[in-house]
Amino acid sequence: MVNLKRGSGGIAVPEKKELSSSAKIVDAGLPNELVLFLSQHTGAPASALVKAGDSVKRGQLVASAQGAVSAAVHAPTSGKVKAVEDRYHPVQGRLCQAIVLEPDGLNELDESLRPRASAVEDITKEDLVALAREIGLVGLGGAAFPTAVKLTPPPNRPIDTYLLNGIECEPYLTADDRIMVEEPHDVAFGFRALMKSAGVKRGIVCIEDNKPEAIEAMREAIKPFGELELAVVPTRYPRGGEKQLIQVVLGREVPPPPGLPLDVGVIVSNVGTAYAMAQAVRKGLPLVERIVTVTGEGVKTPCNFRSLIGTPVSYLIELAGGFSGPVGKVIMGGPMMGVSLKDLNAPIVKGTSGLVVLQRGQIKREKVLPCIKCGRCVEACPMGLLPVWIAACSDSGYLEDAEKYRAMDCIECGCCAYECPSKRPLVQSIKLAKNRITAKRRALAAKK
Amino acid sequence: MGEKLIVTPSPHIKSPRTVKGVMLGVVISLLPACVGAVVLFGMNALLILITSVVSAVVAEALWQRATKQEITVGDFSAVITGLLLAMTLPPGVPLYVPAVGSVFAIVIAKQIFGGLGSNFVNPALAGRAFVLAAWPMSVAGAWLNPLTHDAVSSPTPLAVLKGGGTNIPGLWDLLIGNRTGSLGETSIILLLLGGLFLLVTKIIDWRTPVGFLGTLFVGTWVFGKPGALFQGDGLSAILLGGAVLGAFFMATDYVTSPVTPKGRLIFGIGAGLVTLLIRLWGGYPEGVTYGILFMNLMTPIIDRFVVPKYYGYEHDARARKSAEGKR
Repeated sequence: MVNLKRGSGGIAVPEKKELSSSAKIVDAGLPNELVLFLSQHTGAPASALVKAGDSVKRGQLVASAQGAVSAAVHAPTSGKVKAVEDRYHPVQGRLCQAIVLEPDGLNELDESLRPRASAVEDITKEDLVALAREIGLVGLGGAAFPTAVKLTPPPNRPIDTYLLNGIECEPYLTADDRIMVEEPHDVAFGFRALMKSAGVKRGIVCIEDNKPEAIEAMREAIKPFGELELAVVPTRYPRGGEKQLIQVVLGREVPPPPGLPLDVGVIVSNVGTAYAMAQAVRKGLPLVERIVTVTGEGVKTPCNFRSLIGTPVSYLIELAGGFSGPVGKVIMGGPMMGVSLKDLNAPIVKGTSGLVVLQRGQIKREKVLPCIKCGRCVEACPMGLLPVWIAACSDSGYLEDAEKYRAMDCIECGCCAYECPSKRPLVQSIKLAKNRITAKRRALAAKK
Repeated sequence: MGEKLIVTPSPHIKSPRTVKGVMLGVVISLLPACVGAVVLFGMNALLILITSVVSAVVAEALWQRATKQEITVGDFSAVITGLLLAMTLPPGVPLYVPAVGSVFAIVIAKQIFGGLGSNFVNPALAGRAFVLAAWPMSVAGAWLNPLTHDAVSSPTPLAVLKGGGTNIPGLWDLLIGNRTGSLGETSIILLLLGGLFLLVTKIIDWRTPVGFLGTLFVGTWVFGKPGALFQGDGLSAILLGGAVLGAFFMATDYVTSPVTPKGRLIFGIGAGLVTLLIRLWGGYPEGVTYGILFMNLMTPIIDRFVVPKYYGYEHDARARKSAEGKR
C-alpha cells in the first residue's frame, strides 16, 4: 500500500453512488441510429473515410486521425452509413460533423480485427503504442485526451510512475467502480500493457475508500505483479483530477499550465482506458464501446451499461426505465463538471462516463446574491487559488488582474461554486476570464 | 421525449448553505447572551435590544425603498447589526442612542457603500463608535448593577483595572456575567456557547477569535503589570470588557475580514494587539471596538498580500531560484 501525502482543498459532496453501485454492467444493445462525431477527443477532429450509402462492419475504421494530437473513429456495429452531416455536439455545444450509422442488426465483425497477444510479454512496446493509436484510444475519464500521445513522452522527460485512476470522485457515477469489480483482471492486464507501452516500471492503482468491493477486486488482481501497487485514497472531491491525484499519491505537484504530468515523471490513465486497451490487445477490438452509468433520482432503474459509442441519450434513458417523474436536468458526465443537455437525441461520446438525471424538484432556482467574502471558495479550491477575486476581476472586466490571480490555473472542478452561499456562478465567471485571456494571447501571438 | 430540460452551467449541485442560513445561524448564536442580558439587566436591556434591531431593520428597508432597490431585510443581516450594536451599549443608555446608532450603522456604514458585501467596516462597530463620540457620558457611563438594576456611578471592572485598582469580581461572577458592563458582553459562558455553535456549524473560522484572544491574553500577561514583566492578569483581560463578544461575533464578520485562513489569523492577532495597546497605554479603558475597526481597514491590504500557495508553486519557486543562480 502506498503511503499518501497531503492534498489541499477540495470538498465533501453527497456521493449518491448507492443508486447504481450494485447494478451489474448490462449490454445496452443496438439503437436504431448511432451518431459518431469526428471530434470526440482533445485535439484535431478525425477525417471521415466513408460516405452516405457505404456499408461498414463492427470495428472498421471510419474516420482517421489528423495530425499528432487526434484519434481515429471506428464503426461500433455493422450497418449502413446514413449520412455524414452536422449534428449538435452535446459537449462542445455546437454543430459538429458526424457519421450517422444505421445498424443492420447483424453485428458483423470487420475482418481486419485480430487478437494481438494473450500476454503483455508477447507484444512489443512499439506495437502497443501503435495499437493504442490505431484503435482511437482516448482517456475515458472524461477529458478524452488521445492516449497514444501520453504514451510517447519526449525523451527529456523520464517517466517513473504510471497512475491508474479509479478514483471516480464525481458523485453518482459508478462506471469505473463496476468495471474494477467485474473485470479486475482485464483492467490489470490493460494497465500493464499501458505501462509497457510507455516504458514505465512502477504502476499504482488508485481507488477512493468509498469503493471497498473494487479495492478488494483490484488487490487480488494485481497480486501476481510485483510492479503494481495499490493506493486507497480517502474520499474527497476532486481527488480524481489528474493534478490532485498526483499530489495526494506521490506528493508531487504538476507545474502550472502549460505544465503536464509528464513534467513530474507521471502518466495518469483512467481504469476504463486500461480496460479498453486490454480488449484491443486480446481481441483487437477498437474503442467502439464503453461503460456508461445512467443514474440519478430522475430515472426509474439506475443502471451501468456497456454501450456503443454514438448511442442516443434518449435510448439509454428508456433502457433505464425512463424518467421517474417530471425531469429537471439530464447531465452528461457527473453533476460537478458535466454538461446539462438540451436535446436528448444527442449521442454519447468516447468521454461520456455517465448520464445523471435530476428530477425537476431537485433543481432549485436560487437567486444570486452579492459576495459576502466568506472565503469558503478559497478553502475549497484544490488549486490553492482565490476564486473570489478571479471571479470579481472577471465580472468587472479586469482581465490582467484575473490573470495575475492565476485564472488560467483553474481546473473548473466546481468546488467554489458548490460552496458559495451567495450561489454565485464562480466557475462561469472564471471560465469567461480564461476564454478571454486565451483569445487575447492568440491575438498577441498572431501580431508577432 | 419532448420534455423541457433545464440547461445551466456546472456544477449542477450546490451546497445547502445560503446567506440567509448563515445570518440566521449568527442570530441564533447571539440569542443566549441576549437572554442573559435581559436576565441580568432587566427590561432596560430588552428595550435597548428591540429598539436597536427594529431601528436597523426599518432603516435598511426605508433606505432601500428610497433608493429604489430591492428590499433585502429578510436576509437577517440588519438584525445582526442591530443585535450587536445593542450588545455593546451600557444597559442604562437612553433609547435614542441605539436608535440613532443603528441608523448610522445601516445607512452610513453599510448602505452608502453598496449594502451587503460592500461595506468596509463592521456596521455595528461603526455605529458604536459614532454614538460613543456623540454621547460619551451615556455610552461610557450608564452602567447598571446586574440583578438589582440600580444605576451605578462606579467604573466598570475594566476601568478599575486600568486605574490600577485590584477590586474586581471573582472568576465565577465574571463567567456568568455578574458585573457591570455593556449589556451583551458580560455573560462569558453564554457568549462562548454561541461562539461554540458558530465554530461547530463552521460559520466562523477559529483562527480569528483564537488569534484575538490569544494575543490579548499573552500580551496582557507579559506587559499588563506596570514595572514588571510576565505578571499581568491575562485571564481578566479576556473576561473583562468586550473581548469575547468582539472576538467571536464582530472580528469574524465575513465582509470586513480577510478571505484566507492565514489572513484571518493575522486579522485576529492584529485586532488583539491594537486592543492591547489601547487598554495598556491608551486613554480609553476599552479598545476592542477600535482594535476591530482598525483591522477592518487593514483587511484589503491583508487580502492583497496574503495569498495561498497555489498548486505548483514550488515548481515556479525553483525555476526562479535557478534563474537567479545563473545570473
